[in-house]
Amino acid sequence: MVNLRQLAKKEERLGPGHRMCPGCPQTMIVRLVTKATDSPVVVANATGCLEVSTTIYPFSAWRVPWIHNAFENSAATISGVEAAYKALKKKGKIDKDVKFLVFAGDGGTYDIGLQSLSGALERGHNFVYVCLDNEGYMNTGIQRSSATPFGAWTNTSQVGSILKGKQEFKKDLTSVVASHHIPYVAQASPSNVQDLFKKAKKAFETEGPAFINVLAPCVPGWKYPSEQSMEIARLAVDSCFWPLYEIENGKYTLNYDPGEKKIPIIKWLEKQKRFRHLLKPENQHIVEKLQQHVDAMWENIKRLSEN
Amino acid sequence: MVTENHDKKGWKEIPIGGIIEEAGNAERYKTGTWRSFRPVHHPEKCTNCMICWVNCPDTAIKAGDVNSPDKGLVGKNDDPNLANFGGFDYEHCKGCGICAAVCPTKAIDMHPETEFLDKEGEE
Repeated sequence: MVNLRQLAKKEERLGPGHRMCPGCPQTMIVRLVTKATDSPVVVANATGCLEVSTTIYPFSAWRVPWIHNAFENSAATISGVEAAYKALKKKGKIDKDVKFLVFAGDGGTYDIGLQSLSGALERGHNFVYVCLDNEGYMNTGIQRSSATPFGAWTNTSQVGSILKGKQEFKKDLTSVVASHHIPYVAQASPSNVQDLFKKAKKAFETEGPAFINVLAPCVPGWKYPSEQSMEIARLAVDSCFWPLYEIENGKYTLNYDPGEKKIPIIKWLEKQKRFRHLLKPENQHIVEKLQQHVDAMWENIKRLSEN
Repeated sequence: MVTENHDKKGWKEIPIGGIIEEAGNAERYKTGTWRSFRPVHHPEKCTNCMICWVNCPDTAIKAGDVNSPDKGLVGKNDDPNLANFGGFDYEHCKGCGICAAVCPTKAIDMHPETEFLDKEGEE
């Protein structure tokens, strides 16, 4: 366990004055993750809310070296930075131990940046990739992504008389990344601060690629009051929609099992207006279908972590 | 809101590639003007657990030392290696209310900004 009162003594690597929405947990995640190492950090950022809102010209909220290239290639960009660092180190021009970090949204990870991420994982660069999963293209006005859950309203998965929100299930990206058999893969939530910090620390200490998928509730996209960000994230964990687990060199560990306290998925859905059509009696079959899917995924994670 | 004048630079003065040379200069941009609810701290209930500090998305809760005038008064607060509640950074706090929602001892509550205005509508 990290003592928050000790952690508060450490330097901030993302300063205030950025223009993220009030209540957005992404910057809280960034602050916590960047505090998990004492080494200098280089950050690459995919296009997304975080990139746009923290670096509105002529301002930048970052207090560490930061690079943005394009939407789809944050993993390729950090690969190049890391390769250059290795070459300079070999020549004796750098002697510091530098960490390389990527922040990307679900658009830049699940969809657009997937091939560049896959390539960087396969090549085995020494970097940490953090996906801030807000389940949609929120920066451009709430469009569906492959991370949007089944049944959710977005501007491109409308609710009408025939279609009731998104028709497809959320892509299980953490498993996709785990299939690359990299040394460290984890799933975390901002509501579980100690767990998230521990995972970030482990990821930085890993030799080779490490990936953390963090759920990042979105105030305007999920449609809930701004002070509920951490509560919404906690309900996602307690309903087993977002299991907290890690995979170290192929070994699965379940970090949190709500057990008896596992809540039905509707308790998470009813807090968010993007799911309000699912509260109607005629749409209960959609909730049931989502519940079955969540339960099956949860049982699968439990089974994998027992071995 | 930008609180200072920015002389518009010509193309010759802008760094190549539009690089921002001063790290973290967004601090000069005062997002506190967005706020419609203001967090108010009650030191008599606060244990300096810093849960509000870690959850604040805007780095708007300051980490104070043992001499912090705003520190919580519950429990032991005199270890110099540990931070104490150091007050709010009202220049950057956007008033989201997460600190009040996560506080385990209910030592923070949110008040409408109108309570802090005088008759002329000035702070």
